[in-house]
Amino acid sequence: MRVTVRLFARLRDLAGAGELIREVPDDSDARAVWNDLVLEWPGLREYEKTMSVAVNAEYARMSARVHDGDEIAFMPPVSGG
Amino acid sequence: MTSEPLDADALMALVGAEGDGAVVTFAGLVRDHNQGRRVQFLEYEAYEPLAVRALQRIVDEAKELWPSARLATHHRVGRLEIGEASILIAAASPHRADAFAACRYTIERVKQIVPIWKHEHFDGGDVWLEGATADPEDVAAREKAYRIACA
Repeated sequence: MRVTVRLFARLRDLAGAGELIREVPDDSDARAVWNDLVLEWPGLREYEKTMSVAVNAEYARMSARVHDGDEIAFMPPVSGG
Repeated sequence: MTSEPLDADALMALVGAEGDGAVVTFAGLVRDHNQGRRVQFLEYEAYEPLAVRALQRIVDEAKELWPSARLATHHRVGRLEIGEASILIAAASPHRADAFAACRYTIERVKQIVPIWKHEHFDGGDVWLEGATADPEDVAAREKAYRIACA
């Protein structure tokens, strides 16, 4: 199945793109999507413990199941305001 | 969320009512220095659909804590120059204590859970600023914001 990955701020810089279309196995969770990204861009790994994840623009856990067509966002610590 | 300059009068008009005795507003500004660096300008990036939801969540939390308060908040994205406002919050209430507390709670929570990032451009380079790991379910973070609001 196919998902859209969104990356923000420094994560976007590390991967060189803010939006990626990725092919992932059925029954994947957000962690599987992330692990696949880390294989390609090892620099992302430093965010493993500090990032947040969202599925279809709702905060989620890394264990959240993802489905075909979902948008999975990985976000570094926030600094708004 | 907007890329246009923020308008405090417009925001205050959203929350005011005739029963109000107080409106507290907060403006967050771009300052010319940060951690020893001379800042040239900031670029704000947001995950907008989630940022809007997170802002709405914060307003709902504040309304639960201070039922008499009404809140509005606007956040700007894109390039901001020194002295420009990146965020405006307005909190109205019949009495000032609730308006102050709800306003303070809102900015503390924005810094905890709204997916927005500052890209700082300074003399000699640029850096992404990173604060809190965003987790709206983190009860300790929520309690910390409440304690600060009531201090």
